[in-house]
Amino acid sequence: MVDLGDRHLLGTEGLTSEEITLILDTAESMVEIGQREIKKVPTLRGKTVVNFFYEPSTRTRSSFEIAEKRLSADIVNFSASGSSVSKGETLLDTARTLEAMEPTFIVIRHGASGAARFLADRCRASIINAGDGMHEHPTQALLDAFTMRRHKKKLAGLNVAIVGDITHSRVARSNAYLLATMGARVTFCGPATMIPPHVECLGARVELSMEKALEGVDVIMMLRIQRERQSRLALPSLREYTRLYGLDRRRLSLAHPEALIMHPGPINRGVEIADDVADDQRSVILEQVANGVAIRMAVLYLLARNWDAHEAS
Amino acid sequence: MTAKPRILMDAGKMDRTLARMAAEIREQESEPLAVVGIRTRGVHLAARLRDKLQGIDESEVDFGILDINLYRDDLSMVADHPVLRKTEISFPVGGRRLVLVDDVLYTGRTIRAALDALTDLGRPTAIQLAVLVDRGLREVPIQADFVGMAVPTQTDQYVRVLVREEDGADRVELGERAVPKRDEP
Repeated sequence: MVDLGDRHLLGTEGLTSEEITLILDTAESMVEIGQREIKKVPTLRGKTVVNFFYEPSTRTRSSFEIAEKRLSADIVNFSASGSSVSKGETLLDTARTLEAMEPTFIVIRHGASGAARFLADRCRASIINAGDGMHEHPTQALLDAFTMRRHKKKLAGLNVAIVGDITHSRVARSNAYLLATMGARVTFCGPATMIPPHVECLGARVELSMEKALEGVDVIMMLRIQRERQSRLALPSLREYTRLYGLDRRRLSLAHPEALIMHPGPINRGVEIADDVADDQRSVILEQVANGVAIRMAVLYLLARNWDAHEAS
Repeated sequence: MTAKPRILMDAGKMDRTLARMAAEIREQESEPLAVVGIRTRGVHLAARLRDKLQGIDESEVDFGILDINLYRDDLSMVADHPVLRKTEISFPVGGRRLVLVDDVLYTGRTIRAALDALTDLGRPTAIQLAVLVDRGLREVPIQADFVGMAVPTQTDQYVRVLVREEDGADRVELGERAVPKRDEP
């Protein structure tokens, strides 16, 4: 099989290992374009992409934008200003407005879980989920997997610890689905208040002690503590969190000596990750950002082929 | 029941044809020279041409691989989407004479895409085209500079170039359309 099964990318749940491998392999070819003097190919010429960001985002939005520009798409950026209309209504109205512009793609970031699916059910455009509430953030998981594969050669058999607020993390969820499909072993770690109920259905193991969770792992993925939502986090204090779940030198030494240190960003130095650990040579945090562009180019390209085939039929 | 395809070239003839093409390419003196193969089978033919060119005299001939999938104008029309692979051109394209190599020249659309892809990489002094088989039926005004064999064909026929690296044998077939999974647009 050399095509994606769906016209949309709403999540990593349900992607097959063949589809994931296709995206990662395609991204390898996209890396080469980023190394050229003229970093542009005409593939998406004449296609319009709407970047519809309901929540603030710098890195994901600019990463999508660069990917779209490298593929020669026309871009419209939409960010939602605070609206008093209830979320469902707003989104439906907005969906109709966006449809009128006849975009090929709508890249959506929204605070409500399921927002991407909501648009996919109502729009002709291909929908790419750039993060919906506490649900999924598939391109982040794909770029994480791409980064792991580039360093560790394969994903099957890798031991990956994901540490932080699992309950509120769409990054954790998308990574868990993808890594389980690819045969990696995922361990979630965090305070019990940050582990969702029925977490085993994500295919991950839970370990409340960070020391135990990190033992011998190949990859440590630290999640950001969302300080702006601290009231919601059920945390006594940031200092206590750092003491129990912050990644420092001592804890890092428990992992495999060549373990990768990952973080979806933006990082809170001194909270979930110590200063010197963030800058350690095993840290691939900036590589993750660079790889994001190649992954998003691959996703856009593969979905565009499906779009063209769909329009032709 | 389909008739057996006609063999246009066997391994021996393919080798002699490539040798003649290399001699023709070498005849036009303008250094430095590079051959660039279009994925998939053009790559293997380009590698053989490079070896033959280097055999004629001792001069180095650069070698590159072009994937034109991002430049196609018919994404939806190819039934089997090929997997996008890397373009591997490690030498500077500027200031070189490039010989683009493909197996079959048909509509000319692949070559049009290849020209766009090459010019995005720099400004060669010249680009020439070498194909093993020219089967006619062009849809865009493109001609080859070096042709292994010209065969008039019909649209309901197919021309297949088999190379040992991919297909286990060197051969060129002309047949009636029924089998051809692998199209050459």
